[in-house]
Amino acid sequence: MSPLTVVLIPFLGAALIALAGDRSRLRDSLGWITAILFFIGVASQLGPVLEGAGRSQQVWEILPGLELAFAVEPLGMGFALLAATLWLAATPYAIGYMGAMGYTHLGRFFALYAIALGAAAGIAFSANLLTMFVFYEVLSLSTYPLVAHDGTEKAKRGARVYISLLLVTSIGLMLPAIIWTWQAAGTQDFVAGGILDGRVSPAAGAFLLVLFMFGTGKAALMPFHRWLPSAMVAPTPVSALLHAVAVVKAGVFVVLKLALYVFGLDYLKTLATADFMLYVAAFTLLAASLVALRQDNLKARLAYSTVSQLSYIAVGALLAHQVAAIGGGMHMVMHGFGKITLFFCAGAIYVATRKTEVSQLDGIGRRMPVTMFAFLLGALCVIGLPPTGGLWSKWHLVMGAYEAGHAPIMVVFMISTLLNIAYLLPPVIRAFLLPPRDGDSGGIREAPMLCVVPLLLTALGGVALFVLGEKSFDLLSLIFS
Amino acid sequence: MNIVEWLPFSVLVPLIAAPVCALLPGRVLPWLLAFLSALAALLITAIALPVLWQGEVSYPFGNWPPPIGIEYRIDAANGMVALLVAAIAAFVLPWARIINNQEVPERQGIFYALFLMAFAGLMGITLTGDVFNVFVFLEISSLSTYALIAHGWDRRALLASFRYLIMGTVGATFLLIGIGFLYMMTGTLNMADLAERLPEVRDTTAVRAALAFIIVGLGLKLALFPLHLWLPNAYAYAPNFISTFIAATATKVALYVMLRFVFTVFAPDYSFVALPLSAVLMALGIAGMFAGSWVAMFQDNLKRMLAYSSVAQIGYMVLAISMVTSLGVAAGLLHLFNHALMKAALFMALGTVFYQTGSVQIHRLRGIGRQMPWTMTAFALAGLSLIGVPLTAGFISKWYLILAALQADLAWLIPLILITSLMAIYYIWRVVEAAWFLEPPDHSEPVSEAPAALLIPLWVMVALNFYFGIDTRLTVGAAEAAARALTGVAP
Repeated sequence: MSPLTVVLIPFLGAALIALAGDRSRLRDSLGWITAILFFIGVASQLGPVLEGAGRSQQVWEILPGLELAFAVEPLGMGFALLAATLWLAATPYAIGYMGAMGYTHLGRFFALYAIALGAAAGIAFSANLLTMFVFYEVLSLSTYPLVAHDGTEKAKRGARVYISLLLVTSIGLMLPAIIWTWQAAGTQDFVAGGILDGRVSPAAGAFLLVLFMFGTGKAALMPFHRWLPSAMVAPTPVSALLHAVAVVKAGVFVVLKLALYVFGLDYLKTLATADFMLYVAAFTLLAASLVALRQDNLKARLAYSTVSQLSYIAVGALLAHQVAAIGGGMHMVMHGFGKITLFFCAGAIYVATRKTEVSQLDGIGRRMPVTMFAFLLGALCVIGLPPTGGLWSKWHLVMGAYEAGHAPIMVVFMISTLLNIAYLLPPVIRAFLLPPRDGDSGGIREAPMLCVVPLLLTALGGVALFVLGEKSFDLLSLIFS
Repeated sequence: MNIVEWLPFSVLVPLIAAPVCALLPGRVLPWLLAFLSALAALLITAIALPVLWQGEVSYPFGNWPPPIGIEYRIDAANGMVALLVAAIAAFVLPWARIINNQEVPERQGIFYALFLMAFAGLMGITLTGDVFNVFVFLEISSLSTYALIAHGWDRRALLASFRYLIMGTVGATFLLIGIGFLYMMTGTLNMADLAERLPEVRDTTAVRAALAFIIVGLGLKLALFPLHLWLPNAYAYAPNFISTFIAATATKVALYVMLRFVFTVFAPDYSFVALPLSAVLMALGIAGMFAGSWVAMFQDNLKRMLAYSSVAQIGYMVLAISMVTSLGVAAGLLHLFNHALMKAALFMALGTVFYQTGSVQIHRLRGIGRQMPWTMTAFALAGLSLIGVPLTAGFISKWYLILAALQADLAWLIPLILITSLMAIYYIWRVVEAAWFLEPPDHSEPVSEAPAALLIPLWVMVALNFYFGIDTRLTVGAAEAAARALTGVAP
């Protein structure tokens, strides 16, 4: 399949799903078919990439030098595979969750869900800055109604923060940076090794880096991170697939892509603001962990944890070292599996018990052992402990920091890992080791199977990545071959 | 007889049809005649346009050789504007029939006759090569437009029309004084002839005054900030069909005439030297961009909001032209074309909303997005084009504007362009939020979606906004050919 076809599958699926509307059986089967076809399409791109010749395709030249084009390269392949795989897991979960919670307007919901995935694939496969920007905005706009899906005042307020931060950063900072880059470099294509070296003055390059990094609002670097906790008013399937995977990973993917293909690691290292941005990311990493520690609401805690983990990946890019960049790319995948599991669990707990706060979780492990076991695995994956894939990504990030000679960053990583443990394990400890507070002892009562099975699968996926760690390293190291 | 000799008929057909139309009874026949005239004008200009890209064409009226007789001199620049005017008329009229039946139920023969006069006037201004003829057609179109605006459903339309009449007449008088000075100094009214004779007398006060009078007069007509005061009310209270048509065409034609005077008649090496025109236009353009966008952000009446947005968009065009480069002129003309498409679509969407609800006040349109999803989605999509999102026509305009700014070493304009784009996001966003995210007013009656006869032309216009955002060969090609024709340099 050509990259364009893969990107179009979810868009076509979305149109059909919207037409299916409230006919739930037809709509759900269309959702399944779209997700499966999309996965097959993405997987079919893997072979050529591994052979070192990812497919590329020019779609349309809008103006001379300004064209829509796709090119599949290892990093984008990793992102697209992650999104496609987790969409398969999220499809049953979303159907089960939205059904169990009695939501309405599901035709619109699932159509926009599919569009968001198509936009993520568009970002993953984009061959130049314009194509990336177009799909980046499609992703922002299509997820906005999903955040506001509850329809309550709170949901609307959250959604407004969400969309305004994402639009203002992308149009106010990223778009000027893209235009500037295009003007200075004479091209807006992604080229391995970068296009800016020698084309702009050192000051301009340093300024561009700041514009690009803060302009990528989806990467949630402080102080532009507020949209992520705000987006947590969304129904859990949205928080799980979009705000733990597609949207935020699109953000850090763009950061990595810019570092590797626009600046180039060697040039990035020389920029005056590289260290500044690195420490902004490191600060975000620690500060968000500290905030997460103080959140009692489970989803809010996970949201701040996401802000923190995204900065691991940004740090990976900004260390400007090959191993760190690969570690960042790996963490994109590992954290995706871990965090989606955690969100799935939070949703399952809510569906089964209507509990939202960490302090309410005492003894819940007796009632929902499968869910809480999966939560444990997901937490381990995010923290970076065996037997999960998270170990490998953090391993490479720390190694990258060491080899790049940034000792303080290593310290930051270590402290943050301790903080991760401190905010992710208490829910599990409360669930299994403390007695239920309200004397609840009604035996095992899990959420519906459609919710439990997917979260178990993604948790086991995190474990499988422990075994497959080398494969993902090999895929990403193709970037530098 | 080749197609180029047919070109004058794109003016003559509506002009001749107008008195016939006034005599036609009922509602169907006047509309049909107006539509067929517009269609004929569109076909003629569309077929002739490729020929005009090659070079300019002259048509002497009554075979009196210029400069004695009146000459139509048509190149890529006015060919493009004429195509735009005819296309807007032909695409808006199918939508307007039902709208007008509601808003102007009686004496439609007269109404459409006035429309045809306004339309013929605009086509005439565009195609003629004679400066006095420009004035005559300007008056034909303006007088009929005043009458058309007064047809609005709201009594305030009368005041708006009167205000426009006063300001418009001042503008036309200034233009006439300028033309008079030129005739006094050169003894000719033919544009090409003027261009040849003016260099001899260019250092006189009279010619400088002529230029100043013409610029101010046309500035009034094209609603150049701060001469825009007539525009918001005229757009807001006119019948929706007229709002749509004049928002998409009238100011554009005035801008074209200004370009023609500045670049062809006076030549840029005079216009921009004799007066500090570049600096003035740039300052006014930027001021218009900000003032228009700023005021638009707080309008309750959405038609007024779009009107102020037009003031801002005219600012972009004037800004592009003030760079006095071929690329700048191309960017200005490109935005002229694209802006007509977006404003036509936006005004059509609002007209459709008015048809169903009887209001365009934002507080009365809360929750309308759920009741009229197709109409409001069309509004939102056309809004994206106004903002300048990639894949829309608006993006192409802004991209060229930025290119022109970079080429002219005016990179500091880019942040200004982006800030006003963010302001556009805000004022479009307000509508989207009111339409979809606010609860309808308590005592409101349920509203149903508009009939397909309104939705189809509306969506065609929206689709054009996207089409010209993706396939830019026609618009960019025409704008570049037009800039070449005006400045003599390829962009």
